[in-house]
Amino acid sequence: MAAEPRPRLTRELVAMRVARELAPGSTVNLGVGLPTLVGAFAPPEANILLQSENGILGYGGFSEGDYDQDLINAGGQPVTLNPGASFFDSAASFAMIRGGHIDTAVLGGLQVSERGDLANWSVPERGGGSIGGAMDLAVGARRLIVAMEHTTKDGRPRILQACTYPLTGRGCVDLIVTDLAVIEVGAKGLALREVAPGWTPGEVAALTDAPLTVTGAVPEMAL
Amino acid sequence: MTATFYDTPDEALEGVGDGASVMVGGFVSASSPTNLIWALKRRGTRNLTAIATNIGFGDRLDDLCEDGQIAKAIASFAVRASSARASRFEEQYRAGEVELELVPQGTLAERIRAGGAGIGGFLTRTGVGTQVAEGKEVLSWQGEEYLLERPLHADVAILKAHRADRLGNLSYRMAGRNFNAVMATAADLVIAEVEEIVETGALPPDAIHTPAVYVDRIVRCDPVEVRWDGR
Repeated sequence: MAAEPRPRLTRELVAMRVARELAPGSTVNLGVGLPTLVGAFAPPEANILLQSENGILGYGGFSEGDYDQDLINAGGQPVTLNPGASFFDSAASFAMIRGGHIDTAVLGGLQVSERGDLANWSVPERGGGSIGGAMDLAVGARRLIVAMEHTTKDGRPRILQACTYPLTGRGCVDLIVTDLAVIEVGAKGLALREVAPGWTPGEVAALTDAPLTVTGAVPEMAL
Repeated sequence: MTATFYDTPDEALEGVGDGASVMVGGFVSASSPTNLIWALKRRGTRNLTAIATNIGFGDRLDDLCEDGQIAKAIASFAVRASSARASRFEEQYRAGEVELELVPQGTLAERIRAGGAGIGGFLTRTGVGTQVAEGKEVLSWQGEEYLLERPLHADVAILKAHRADRLGNLSYRMAGRNFNAVMATAADLVIAEVEEIVETGALPPDAIHTPAVYVDRIVRCDPVEVRWDGR
C-alpha cells in the first residue's frame, strides 16, 4: 500500500468524534468493541442515559473497584451505575429497543452500503459470527451511527455500493464515522461531511467503493 | 402450588432426561445458574437442546460440551467471527457435531416471552432482509415488512436468582433479571438456584420479580464466581 498523507484516526479519536453526535439528555445504546469507548468521551453535563441490552438504563463508566459479576454491560464488562439507574429483564430491554425508545445506537461495522445497509456480524470467509442484539438495535434505534475503520486491514473499502457480507439490517444506517471521514446516509446516497485532518475528499473517495456527494468545502473533523 | 426445596442442585434436577430442551438463564457472568449447569454435567444428561442468550461467552454452559451433552443450541451469541479463540461449542459447531439456531437477542427474548404468555407468534422488523428471515413468513403492516416469529417453550428452565422465599417467589440482584425472569415463565419445569432462602413474607411484595406461580423447584447454593475477559 502506498504511503498515506497522514495517519488515520485512532479508535479513541473515532469514539471522541462519535460522542459529539450524542444529543444532551438522549438515551444511547453502545455496541461492543469500539462503540463502548464512546461513553467515556460524552461530557457528564450532557447527561446521556446509557442503555445496555442485558437490562440496565443509566450505567456509568467501567468499574475499576470490586468486581461484581451481576453488574456488567452487554459486552460483559463490569460497569458502575449513575444516580437514577434502573434494571429490567431482557424482554423489557428489547421492548425498549424495538419500540423506538432508544434515541441513538452506535454499532461497529464490517460493511455499509450506499443505501445504509449494515453488515456487522459475520465474515463469510472466516465462518461463524454471532448476532447478539445488533439486528434489534439496527431496526429499533431512532438513529443509527456506525463507527468503523474505513477500509479492511489490506486496504479494501468497507463502504460499498452493496454489502457482500451477511446483513444485520437493511437501510438502517444514518451516519458513518470512520478513521478517515464522517459520512451521512440520505435518500440520495452518501454525503461526505468531514474528513480526517490532513486528508482530502478525493483521497477518501478513492478508498470508498460508492459515490460520495461533496457539497462545498469539506471541513476537517473537529475533535 | 408452592415450590419444592432441594438440598443439592443434583437432586433438584431429578427427572430431567436425555433429549430435554433446557432454557438456561443468565447473561454472560450475570446471574448464570452455574451450580445447576455443573449438576447437569455430573448427571450426564445427553442430547440436550440448550436455549440461552450466550454459550461460551463468560458462562459455564460451554462445560456441557466437554462430554458432548448438547446436541443443539438456540442462542444469540454462540460463535465468534473468527476461530482464533473458540469455545468447545464453537469447535463442535465448526466440526458439524452440533446444531445451532442463531436468533437475534430481542427476538429470542420475545419468543420466550410469547412462549410463556400463551401467544402463538408475533411480528417484528428485526431480521427483515437478513439470513434470519430465511424460511419465515414476511407480513406487511402499515407499509412496513415484518417477520412472523414463533414462540419458544422448553421442557426445563434452570435459573439463578438472588433470593427466594418459602412460597417460591424470586428476586434478582443488579442486572440478574436478564433472561432468567423471562425463562421462568416458559418451561414445564422451572428450577432456580438462589443464594438465600428467606421466610415467606420477608421479601417486599414490590421487590418480587418472578412470582411463585412460575417456580417449581428451588435449591440454595453459594454463587460461583465467573468472569469474562471479553474475548
